[in-house]
Amino acid sequence: MPTINEKLTEEIRAKAKALLSDGTVAAVIGFAQGSLPMTIKPTVVRAAADCGKLVWNSFCVLNLANYLPEVLKSVEPPRGPRDPKPTGPLPRVAVLATGCWSRNIVVQTQEHQVDRDRVVVMGVGSRGMVSRRKVEAHFSGREILAVEEHDHDLLVKGADFTEKINRWSVVRDNCQTCTHPDPVLVDVRIGEPAAERKNPNPFKQVDDIEKKSSDERWAWFTAEFATCIRCYACRNACPLCYCPTCFVDDAKPQWVGKSLDAVDTGLFHLLRAYHCAGRCTDCGACESVCPMGINMRMLTKKLNKDVLNLYGIEAGMQPGSPLPLTTYAINDPQKFIVTEAGAAKEGE
Amino acid sequence: MKVFRLSPAELDNMVREWSKTRRVYRPAPGRQQSAHADCAPGWERVTDSASLTMAAGPAKASVKTFLFPQPETMQTYSLQSSDPDKALLKEAEKPTEKQIIVGLRPCDARSVQLNNLPYGEDPYYQANLARTVMVGFTCGTMCSTCFCDQVGGSPMATEGLDIAISQLDGTMVAEVLTPTGEELTAGLDLAPAADNDISALAQRRKDCPQPDSVKLDTLKGRDLNKLYEAPLWKGLGESCINCGACTFICPTCYCFDVQDEVVRGRGRRIRYWDSCMFPLYSLHTSGHNPRGQKMLRTRNRFMHKLKYFPDRFGPFSCVGCGRCVQDCPVNIDIREVMGDLLRVE
Repeated sequence: MPTINEKLTEEIRAKAKALLSDGTVAAVIGFAQGSLPMTIKPTVVRAAADCGKLVWNSFCVLNLANYLPEVLKSVEPPRGPRDPKPTGPLPRVAVLATGCWSRNIVVQTQEHQVDRDRVVVMGVGSRGMVSRRKVEAHFSGREILAVEEHDHDLLVKGADFTEKINRWSVVRDNCQTCTHPDPVLVDVRIGEPAAERKNPNPFKQVDDIEKKSSDERWAWFTAEFATCIRCYACRNACPLCYCPTCFVDDAKPQWVGKSLDAVDTGLFHLLRAYHCAGRCTDCGACESVCPMGINMRMLTKKLNKDVLNLYGIEAGMQPGSPLPLTTYAINDPQKFIVTEAGAAKEGE
Repeated sequence: MKVFRLSPAELDNMVREWSKTRRVYRPAPGRQQSAHADCAPGWERVTDSASLTMAAGPAKASVKTFLFPQPETMQTYSLQSSDPDKALLKEAEKPTEKQIIVGLRPCDARSVQLNNLPYGEDPYYQANLARTVMVGFTCGTMCSTCFCDQVGGSPMATEGLDIAISQLDGTMVAEVLTPTGEELTAGLDLAPAADNDISALAQRRKDCPQPDSVKLDTLKGRDLNKLYEAPLWKGLGESCINCGACTFICPTCYCFDVQDEVVRGRGRRIRYWDSCMFPLYSLHTSGHNPRGQKMLRTRNRFMHKLKYFPDRFGPFSCVGCGRCVQDCPVNIDIREVMGDLLRVE
């Protein structure tokens, strides 16, 4: 009997093929099988005949919305920098999207990075993606040569072992705490809708860090980011990061030092997180792609918590509404404003 | 060349003995918990008596962090008006303190030799090379991501090492390969290897995968322009997210950028790792960027490793350690790229 993901794979292939064949879209953004166990290759399919390479499994940890602006541009007729925009509708692009990725497409639309009319969202209810690092940690020191996926288990094989592990036990932290697994935008439905998940406290990991003393928090922060090599995989895997020149790349003015000084590395991570405030959907791509296994997602998760508490907003959940941090409301919380009375109280 | 027989306890003793008078580094097991000011991510300084555990395959971080410090101070200067030497660049003092790197694999040792081809006359690289002693472990097994044999290396190779330690059935043997290695083992009470150990080692070396130059020779014979124009780059460039993970974990990626850092009138000119994956890497002062698109940058990395470098220096600029294969966020596998290039007629 085919597994859930095998059925989804078949459906994705068939629907992608139909979209490309009847000319609804010029390209489909999806995943192809990777060369190692638990890896996938983000792929753009432009011909119906190539749809057979698309796959869906528990290791689709990259956020495909990240590719959307560039692929949309690539299907436009070529034009010079000063040529006028062509009149009439431009070719469309289909993209696979789970709950969080679809919310990123909402944010991209709100921020005018993506023209919603040109996007066909192939919505997939997410069952949570598996963290390759968690699986590797479980088999610490033993090389994994194959992983066979069943609906609720993973069969992990090495040169001298075969072991079945529970799938949910190795699902990524962000997926385990996710409450909106189903896409908020669906143009083409793949599989069954995923029900909203109940989670009494999706911010538990953040709360645990907040409970620490300031010294302990500093120790956590310095240790967590000590191994950063400044490769910027976290930034580049993120659909929120689309500035033509990032503040860390700027040389004039030089905002941040370029090498591995702990202050520079820490500053990069803090500023990156703040740039994502009110926009991050906790898709976990940053954490999944980090070659050093840094949990930088804790910073954005903290900001997600603050934005939810201050403004009652979760990024990308309300298509059509403005972004929380680019909107002013008369009753916005103003606790951050330093007043004389407040400063006096602080000084006591 | 001397060959010693070592027990695990003798190995630990030897490393501990060195660490009393010299800086000794080893791969950090698991996730490193804190950064040492004098150490690179993925490595730790030997300060305790914890014994060395070697997982199969190369360590998380490559040895290049010791030869290309991140950052490296090249010159210092003062911008204070009271300073008579104001704005005069002074050569920074080059470090001379010996550092012993324990636990690198043959692939990493070979990378140091390969990087020495373009850096043969680089004073900074040479100064670091001169103070670095390399004590490596040959590989009894290859990981599924290892491919040193396909790019001119071998799991039992000793090229670039001062001391090579090999695991044989039930024992370890240490081959002392250089005068520096002899110096390190001189005062130690080590038993010479028995004849059957030496013949077992030779046999293992004979039986292990041998350097294969078929791919190198084929690609060197191919027309550069044809490879450059090959259709494979479009798809690769499309999925690449242009992060620097591959270049920073790669032992043979050696590009750097130079920058001045000034704090309160005291300046230093540093060089630090750069990555050809970053748009800034090739950005001209005029604003023009000859590699302005993602695909052009992705192509450059592979063409440099597999074509430009071999055409210029001989070997591939790749030692087959497989780190990029393991850690590329979008699973761009250099073995597949090489295979695709070989199919370009």
